[in-house]
Amino acid sequence: MPGVDGFMYPNEMELQWSVLIVLYPFITGLVAGAFILASLERVFNVEAVKPTYRLALLTALAFMLVAPLPLQLHLGHPLRSYEMLLTPSPTSAMAMFGYVYLWYLMVVLVVEIWLDYRKDLVLARRQATGLTRAMYGVLTLGSDNISPASLRIDDRVGRIVTIIGIPSAFLLHGYVGFIFGSVKANPWWSTPLMPIVFLFSAIVSGIAMVMLLYIVLTKLRRAPLDMRCVDTMARYLFYAFLVDFSLEMLDLVHRIYEADESFRTLDFMLKTRLFMPHVVIQIILGTLVPLTALALTQVVRLSAKVRTSLYVGAGLLTLVGIFAMRWNVVIGGQLFSKSFLGYTTYKLEFVHHEGLLPAILVMLLPFAILGVLIKVLPPWPTETRQVEQERAPAAHV
Amino acid sequence: MRFRDVEHLFRLAALFGVGVIVFAIARATLVPHDFGTLGHFRAGAIAEARALPIVHAGQKACAECHDDVVEARAAARHKNISCESCHGPLGQHALGEGPAPVKPDAMSLCVRCHAAKTGKPTRYPTVDVADHAGGESCLSCHTSHDPRAQ
Amino acid sequence: MTTTRRDFLIAGGRLLVMTAATQAALPHVLAGTPERVDTYTAAEHWWAMLIDIQKCIGCGTCVKACKDENGVLNEPYYFRTWVERYHVKATDAEHPIVDSPNGGYDGFPEAYADGEGKTFFVPKLCNHCTDSPCTQVCPVGATFTTADGVVLVDKDYCVGCRYCVQACPYGCRYIDPRTHTADKCTLCYHRITKGLLPACVEVCPTGSRQLADLKNPNDPIHEFLRTHPIQVLKPQMATGSKIYYHALDGSVR
Repeated sequence: MPGVDGFMYPNEMELQWSVLIVLYPFITGLVAGAFILASLERVFNVEAVKPTYRLALLTALAFMLVAPLPLQLHLGHPLRSYEMLLTPSPTSAMAMFGYVYLWYLMVVLVVEIWLDYRKDLVLARRQATGLTRAMYGVLTLGSDNISPASLRIDDRVGRIVTIIGIPSAFLLHGYVGFIFGSVKANPWWSTPLMPIVFLFSAIVSGIAMVMLLYIVLTKLRRAPLDMRCVDTMARYLFYAFLVDFSLEMLDLVHRIYEADESFRTLDFMLKTRLFMPHVVIQIILGTLVPLTALALTQVVRLSAKVRTSLYVGAGLLTLVGIFAMRWNVVIGGQLFSKSFLGYTTYKLEFVHHEGLLPAILVMLLPFAILGVLIKVLPPWPTETRQVEQERAPAAHV
Repeated sequence: MRFRDVEHLFRLAALFGVGVIVFAIARATLVPHDFGTLGHFRAGAIAEARALPIVHAGQKACAECHDDVVEARAAARHKNISCESCHGPLGQHALGEGPAPVKPDAMSLCVRCHAAKTGKPTRYPTVDVADHAGGESCLSCHTSHDPRAQ
Repeated sequence: MTTTRRDFLIAGGRLLVMTAATQAALPHVLAGTPERVDTYTAAEHWWAMLIDIQKCIGCGTCVKACKDENGVLNEPYYFRTWVERYHVKATDAEHPIVDSPNGGYDGFPEAYADGEGKTFFVPKLCNHCTDSPCTQVCPVGATFTTADGVVLVDKDYCVGCRYCVQACPYGCRYIDPRTHTADKCTLCYHRITKGLLPACVEVCPTGSRQLADLKNPNDPIHEFLRTHPIQVLKPQMATGSKIYYHALDGSVR
């Protein structure tokens, strides 16, 4: 068989899970991470990151809406996928997807965003006409009450939702880690550390994404960057990254030390087929370089301009590194034979329902959705304040 | 707390209520009725698995008509080999349908089992095909049903 | 038409006495074809297989028969059953040389000189595990274990997520490219429930493969299992595999 070295069980030579299955944990990781960043302000009162609160929620929503798409493209029978909701197997981690996804999307994200934006939506409805007015009417569920008492209640309920949202975000991404970590047949995947590693790398990628989006969008709007906010996000990114890196190194050191029956074949795979994606891209470029850059900003006094450039560079490399981590777990786990006697190669096609083209489109779509969301639900603090000042006379119910 | 101030939350709750009802209806209509009766699967799948077509007739079916061959083989070392092992699947033929079975080509068939190759059990009869008969067909000396050399 | 009380009592009595099985059998009996009555009760059987490595000659007839019986695609890497050849040098049991050309469909080409080490054949198939990891992970309940111990796939319910293929430690599953669903050895369920043998067992010329019914005390396999050393593949996975091997070398993966 072309691409196969050594011996593989006959049915193993073709990879089962493609780049789309690499994308799914990457996307839900961004969702969980962005939400954790938002909750920093709402629940843990880290006031410095308030300017990004709404942006983080919208980012989470944009990626959350796209999350089922790579799964649907991958399934043999996407039209039967409702079966996971109607007859979920109680022993299957994957069956949780339907409920965890719906719970998180509807009860956490949508409710929280709605409660936070409700006042702006009602005000926008009062100003709008025609179709736009109808749209805002739907978004406000027809309610017109924005009295201070109702807004206070919104705030309290929103806080409770965020508190519930934090373990929900952990569940949303932790269960993906468990899907891999609970497969005893695959020694590259099977470890109790998997859900935790997934979760922390999710937090890292989410913070990096929101930080990057904030910097880029603020620059595009030609508005001044709130450096206190950016510095705080970078600091949290640094802390989360330290934990994530320690966990991954722990897994590696543990494997090398115990050197069980799978070690030699995995070690060989890491030094050959996975050398570029794992050692070079994930560890060196995707973790060590951004960590060093972030550490530099913590210990050396640098100007805002230099700091921002370092943050952008570190953020981009971080996202590449976290994507590489998903790639190395999913694809890496399928490159070696369960007989530990051989290896195969991943043939990534371009125009194929599970190929590179749909993967690229799936990654671009959330940004397009985010663009629409930002238009309908502006997340910028100064703009909403302007809106408030303009409409003050009509604010009385 | 006036009702007016929480009224919007009730609207939200009503929306969720509609979702729950839609889900209940979906569950009642889309899940196959025999799902869950024997375990967490569609019970009808078992009957479907059992109803697949039989392609190999099985030794007993051959013996029903060809008991002469069974007798001929009974004395020699091929007696426990199923007819279909050499003659291929004959399920259709046993039902009186389908094409008549073709006599397998001796050279390719016999060597499949009896060519001397590493890995075959030590007491299993093998021959070096080139040496043993110098390229002649196995059937010049042996009959397949009773392989004792003539 | 008038129903008399007598008719009513007779009909009622029949209903009370007849079990569901009798109800199902009645039409066949009345039609004069009693042999067609389905008397198979799943709970009375617990299917397994015995494979004797010392008897396997690597002819590959089983691989061909399985593909014929079950319509498996005759392409390189879809196999419900296959045969592997192991070549183990005496001093290097940790590094066997293994091959399985086209799953052993056409047998094996001559490759090793006698005396260099040991060479033997290992037929493999779905292990129909009692603690099956594949049924554990299926999200929708498309793969399941029957009451007689056979793991089956419901191809009208499977969504093709491939999780079961990942979870099987033995590599016995694949996705059928025609139905886009999971597929694997069914132990020829359509045959064994009618008193026939699985196709691979039927055609095996040396009797290396044998079907076993662990609930049938008269099954000669019980005696064999009692008197010979028996192994399963990957025992450390604790899958409850029901394919029992005799004389399985430690180097087998």
